[in-house]
Order: sequence, then structure tokens, then C-alpha cells
Amino acid sequence: MIKHLLSVEQLSPLQIDQILKTADSFREVGTRKIKKVPTLRGRTVCNLFFEPSTRTRISFELAAKRLSADVVNFVGDAKSSLSKGESFKDTAQTLQAMGVDAIVVRHSSAGAPLRLSRWVEASVINGGDGAHEHPTQALLDLYSIREHFPSFKGLRVGIVGDVLHSRVARSNVIALRTVGAHPILVGPPTLIPPAIESWGVEVAHDLEAVLPTLDVVYLLRMQRERQNEQLVPSLREYAAFWGLDLRRTGLLKPEAVIMHPGPMNRGVEITAEVADLERSIITDQVTNGVAVRMSLLYHMLGVEERRAEQPRRPGRDSAQLALGADASEEPAGVVAVG
Amino acid sequence: MPDAGAHAQLPEPGPSIKAVVLEGPDISRAITRMAHEILERNRGADDLVLVGIFRRGVPLAERLGNEIERIEGVRPPVGALDVSFYRDDIGIRQPTEIGATDFPFDVDSTTVVLVDDVLFTGRTVRAAIDALVDFGRPRAVQLAVLVDRGHRELPIRADYIGKNVPTSHRESVEVHLAETDAADSVLIVEAP
Repeated sequence: MIKHLLSVEQLSPLQIDQILKTADSFREVGTRKIKKVPTLRGRTVCNLFFEPSTRTRISFELAAKRLSADVVNFVGDAKSSLSKGESFKDTAQTLQAMGVDAIVVRHSSAGAPLRLSRWVEASVINGGDGAHEHPTQALLDLYSIREHFPSFKGLRVGIVGDVLHSRVARSNVIALRTVGAHPILVGPPTLIPPAIESWGVEVAHDLEAVLPTLDVVYLLRMQRERQNEQLVPSLREYAAFWGLDLRRTGLLKPEAVIMHPGPMNRGVEITAEVADLERSIITDQVTNGVAVRMSLLYHMLGVEERRAEQPRRPGRDSAQLALGADASEEPAGVVAVG
Repeated sequence: MPDAGAHAQLPEPGPSIKAVVLEGPDISRAITRMAHEILERNRGADDLVLVGIFRRGVPLAERLGNEIERIEGVRPPVGALDVSFYRDDIGIRQPTEIGATDFPFDVDSTTVVLVDDVLFTGRTVRAAIDALVDFGRPRAVQLAVLVDRGHRELPIRADYIGKNVPTSHRESVEVHLAETDAADSVLIVEAP
């Protein structure tokens, strides 16, 4: 499949289809009394989180544990070695030295997973980097949509709210287009990125006009921590103009579903009553997240022919101690080391 | 090791068929006999469940179920099991398509007959037993296969065998069933 998942852009429609199909089988595993399979026994997955996260971290942790992998959590906060001044690179090399097979990384800086992938031999999975991407969220969203519609082709998915700061929106736009759906970004101009034309995506600034045309309404979290940027006058005003309430829900097609990546601000982007409607599939997204992440770990860690194709590569990365000289002799050294 | 001469030959356009081991009617007769054997050994179909191993074990289990119903008047529950997540070659071999696992019954205290098309190394059956016990504690587990081609790598044997087919390692056994392929047949082909 792929060695690292840094952006959902890396995935072809076929690979996405494979991941979603395998996730079906892991959904079934999740319904058993014993929700655990021995698939990744002996592998180690590290959750490396430099930003607060509950659901993504727990979801990855459950996914790895249900595959029988071992999980270690490194939370970059005041109690960790980061507070002692350890750099990102040193942290990466420490994990490398301990021999983890996969690192799920969340970081406030876009591109942190990419850097990490150049320092370590483990597979790196982007668990959200800055305002860049959150590829596994997009995959679980596709999976959740697929449960309600026979095909992605031409599905109109309205992504509503703070697109500007949203890695979820970016990953979803890419993923939806890869599978042939039609994303529409909806929000006040201040919350839509200024160079949006370069995305080549339909943009709408009138929520009520667009709602009747949608198959999926995807509400983004209004990030309270960004209120000081003055992009909207107040959360109350945002709720009045852009929040999904019962009246606006009535404008939707009968078969349309409502999604949200969580955590929700009830009363801001979505009212409590709407969040609890049958057509709101927000808790399904959470359930599916575990299955989709299991599928991804299975395809990334379980499928690769590691013994044959993953020899140590001295000299290739600057992170390695052995530099330069060995690089040209790679093939010869491979057998002995591997 | 195979001699280098094998590589020097031009590749065949497809696998070369060496023998047709079973044809459509032979497969039906084998299944009828196996159904009788299952009923004889278990003294009827009480507490009996059939579990087909994905892929071709699944339609075979359905056929055995149909035969048992025809003979005995009751149809044992039929389930499907995919063993991909329990295999011992994860990360070594490219995986094949993953099928649905479906247990519409409780396996506790039942006699489970695992059904597969070909018994070879025994590794798939080992994985299937591991998968099965995650669903409960069957009273007994038995194994029915359409073809036993030998070359076991684990201490596993079948209780019900459609046909014993001695093979070499360089051959492979292909089972075609109407449900998954064009028609019923069992072939020995030269391994690609």
C-alpha cells in the first residue's frame, strides 16, 4: 500500500476503496464479543501527540489494540521530555531507537509528519498537522458516507463553517474529489481561505440556498480558541447565520445526512436537537473511525513485505549515524544487516 | 532448487492444465457422500453448524447444508468465516481479498464443521480454528474439504474428504464452483 500516510492526496481511488472495504471486515470485528484479532501481534504503534486530542488518540489506540499491536502514548505536554527542551528530532530518534513500527503524529505545525517521516524508519501516519491535513478523518468520513449512499459519484457534500483553519476540510475536499464526489465549501468569506480559487472547488456564501441541493451537510467545529482573530463578530451571531437548527434541517432532502468531525459545540454550529436526529450520523463516524484506522494500520503494517523489502538503509537519512560512505553499497549491506 | 532451464522457457499464456480431477457431477456426488458421512458421524444434524472458510468454502458449506436438509429434513445453520486477520503469513505474503465473516448463530456447545475447498499446508485451518474460538466454545470442531492435496505443515487432518489428490509442490489445485466461477470443476495445473 503506502509506507507513510501524510496526505490523503497520496491515495488513489483504488487504494481508498481497498481501505474502506477492509474496514467493513473490521466493523464486523467490532460487533463481536471479543473485539480483538491477532493480526499485528508484536508490532508497536506510538501515538505522538503534541496537540490536545481525545478522540483521534483514543481511536488510534483502540484500533491498534484491537489488532493486538502494542501501543505507547507520547503526549507532548509539560510533563514530557519536551518540557526539558528535547527537540522534535531528538524525540523522533528516541522513538526510532526504541523500535516502533508506526508513529501516529499530531502537531500544530503543518508538515511535521513529513519531517518526521524523513527521520525515522517507522511508518508515519498524520493524525492532524496544523491547518494542513487530517487524512484518517477524511477516510472515516468517506466510510460513513458510503454507508448511506450507493456511490460517491456526484454526491454533493456541503462543508460548512471555518474552512480557513480546518485541516478536516482540506483532507475531505481532496478525498471527496478523489472518489468522484462534489464538495462545496460554505461559510462567511472571512472563514474561507482567500486563495480558494486554486482549490477549484465550488464555494457558497448562502447556507439556506445551498442546503436543499446537498446530500451531506458536513459541519465544521467553530474553533473557540480562534475567537480572538475577530473573523466572526460572535459565536452567537455565527450560530444565527451558519448554525444548523431544526428549521434549516427542514430544507434538506429527506435522504440527506448530517456529519460533524467532533468535538461538537452544541448551540454553535449545530443545535442539540439536530445533533440527536436520526439523520445525524456523528456517532457512527466515531464508531467507523476505529474500523477505518484498523484497516489503515493493517494495510500499512501488515501487508508490506517487510523482511524482503524493508532493509535498513544506512546513509539515506541524515538522522542515521552512519553517513555517506555506506549509501552506494546498499544492496550488499542489506542482506547482512536485514 | 528448480533448475535455471525453467526460466529460460517462454512464459505460457496461462496456467497449463495437467489433469481434470473432478467434474461437475463428481463434485455433486462427493458432496452428497460427505453430507451422509457428517450425519452418520454426528448421529443427525442436532447442534450441528457448518462454517465455510472464505472464499470457496462458503458456497461448499451452503451445498453441504442443502444436502443435509434433503437427507435429514433439517437444515443446519451455515456461517462464513474469513481468516485473513488470523493468518501466520501477515506481512510476508500479499493478502487476498477479504470476505465477510457472518455467524448468524451461537457456536457455544455446537459441533462446528469447518468447510474449505482445498486442504494443503493446514495453515488456513489453523487460522480458522483460532478465529472460531473467538466466537465461543464449540463442543467439537470437524473439518470437511473437497480436495486433500497433501503436503501438511501442521498436525491437521480432515474428517471428511471429497477426494484425495496426490500432488507435487510445483502443481497447484484449482477448484472452480458455479457460485464463484463459471462452472464446477477441480483441476491440477502447473504452478505459474
